[in-house]
Amino acid sequence: MQTPDLIKQNEPNHVIEVNNMVKKFGDFVANDKLSFFVRQGEIFGFLGANGAGKTTAMKILCGLSAPTSGEINVAGFDVYRQTDLIKKNIGYMSQKFSLYEDLTIRENFRFYGGIYGLKNAEIKERIAYLLNRLGLMHAADKVLKEIPLGWKQKLAFSVAIMHRPKIVFLDEPTGGVDPVTRRQFWELIYEAANDGLTVFVTTHYMDEAEYCERVSIMVDGRIEALDTPARLREKYQAASMNEVFLKLARIKKSES
Amino acid sequence: MKGFVLKEFLHIFRDRRTMLILFGMPIVQVLLFGFAITNEINNAQIAILDESKDEMTLAITDKILSSGYFHLASVLTDRNQIEPAFREGVIKEVVIFEPNFSQRFGKENQAHMQIITDASDPNTANLLYNYTNAIIRDYTSKSTQLATPPIQIGIETTMQYNPELKGVFMFVPGTITILLMLISAMMTSISIAREKELGTLEVLLVSPLKPWQIIIGKVIPYILLSFINAVIILVLAYSVFAMPVRGSLVLLLLESILFIVMALSLGIFISTVSKTQQQAMMLSMFVLMLPTILLSGFIFPIENMPLPLQIISNINPSRWFIIIIKNIMLKGLGFGYFWKETLILVAMALFFVAMSVKKFNIRLSK
Repeated sequence: MQTPDLIKQNEPNHVIEVNNMVKKFGDFVANDKLSFFVRQGEIFGFLGANGAGKTTAMKILCGLSAPTSGEINVAGFDVYRQTDLIKKNIGYMSQKFSLYEDLTIRENFRFYGGIYGLKNAEIKERIAYLLNRLGLMHAADKVLKEIPLGWKQKLAFSVAIMHRPKIVFLDEPTGGVDPVTRRQFWELIYEAANDGLTVFVTTHYMDEAEYCERVSIMVDGRIEALDTPARLREKYQAASMNEVFLKLARIKKSES
Repeated sequence: MKGFVLKEFLHIFRDRRTMLILFGMPIVQVLLFGFAITNEINNAQIAILDESKDEMTLAITDKILSSGYFHLASVLTDRNQIEPAFREGVIKEVVIFEPNFSQRFGKENQAHMQIITDASDPNTANLLYNYTNAIIRDYTSKSTQLATPPIQIGIETTMQYNPELKGVFMFVPGTITILLMLISAMMTSISIAREKELGTLEVLLVSPLKPWQIIIGKVIPYILLSFINAVIILVLAYSVFAMPVRGSLVLLLLESILFIVMALSLGIFISTVSKTQQQAMMLSMFVLMLPTILLSGFIFPIENMPLPLQIISNINPSRWFIIIIKNIMLKGLGFGYFWKETLILVAMALFFVAMSVKKFNIRLSK
């Protein structure tokens, strides 16, 4: 555990700050004293095997679930009292790409824009901007069913950032997509991060971890490592993030 | 919120299957129940075995055949022909007069007839017997009036509220109930389960929309469509089958809305316990459809059921709604006569809403 000394309280450019976050389900501790921060404009990778507690932590950060204890601040708002404000300022993309298959691209955008309270003119402008960037303007009135999976994924991301959130949460955003499309998707993420958007991404593809600026690795409800991918590789003397991950899991096992 | 309702309508209108269920089914069902499935008897095939052939038996035969309910398929001459006649399957009833019918009637003041019905279909057998019996009673009461009347009790039967015993009068309330239940509960539960399956519900929950807004947005289109459906059925029943609305139409529509809301909250509840569309559909089918048809008093009278089933039928909302609509449409009664049933429906609606909200919140906190 090397995280706590890294945290500086209330840094102005920290859009997510978590101190000693605990989440229990009965006797089961899903999140055990998590502490970390995410800087504005950063691409933060939240890694861990299935069941390590990633999803639980992310749900708390999105205001979907109340933590048992700990201080948590997201986009400048308190997770206990200001979930409504948090929800307005974040975007979310689930691993299923969550768009309506029987609606057209434009209708999907309009619907989600409406939910976030965007005005009609603003919705139009955002649709034009986002679709042009993807080069999909010509397909705006196609029903989503007819659109290939790789495009759907990019569209889902565009929908998630349509209302200009401060942070976008991506829950395993590249599941079931081929490596080339995955690469293209990451380019889109970089572009958005360059515009100042903070990206919080969970994944279990370790090669994707290399794309993140900093990553945290969760094992059994705790954050076991948190740093840039390069420094983590150095510290664990590993050639890849995958190796880092395996070594961590092994250390954990020999401890218990 | 407006966008939400709009989107929900788009889902409904884009899906041909949904549209078909929504608007094709009510019409088909009402017409089916009205025309095809009927308890009335028209032109039932009967046979007559007349062993006396005097003026009295001929008069009775004549009266039976001219009633319009029966059609003479064959004339038998021997008791041994009865069994084979039934076996052929055409004849549903045999009417037998004993020998020397009118003579006996004159001498002993009584004579015997026998009615044999094909009870492989008990309902029809019963109906045939009752019809025949009524005709004969009518004949005897008239003929004895001419002669010196012996002391007897005259029974005059009135079929209150439905004098012609029209089947439609019974089926329309049941059909409205089934359809409202099906459309409201099944469609909402499936549509919410679909969002769950697609993962869009997750995205909606992360959005600034409150859970109750999501539920209301989902439900409004179905309330509207169900209501339109109820009106279509009523108009059909009124125009095609001359089904009356003797009580207050406004009250009838209000009660329908109450039932729709109840069914919708039941649908939401079902969707909170099922993970996939398939599961939601199966649950709706088994939990809603079968009891609605079998345990609501729609087809089978509740009073005739074994006690355990009678008790179970109490928790079936359709049972209470059918009582309400029958009271309004057929009996023309006011609210004072079914406030209890209404209260039960309100309580059920509240119960399901409370349960769904609770379930929704539990899901949220995990």
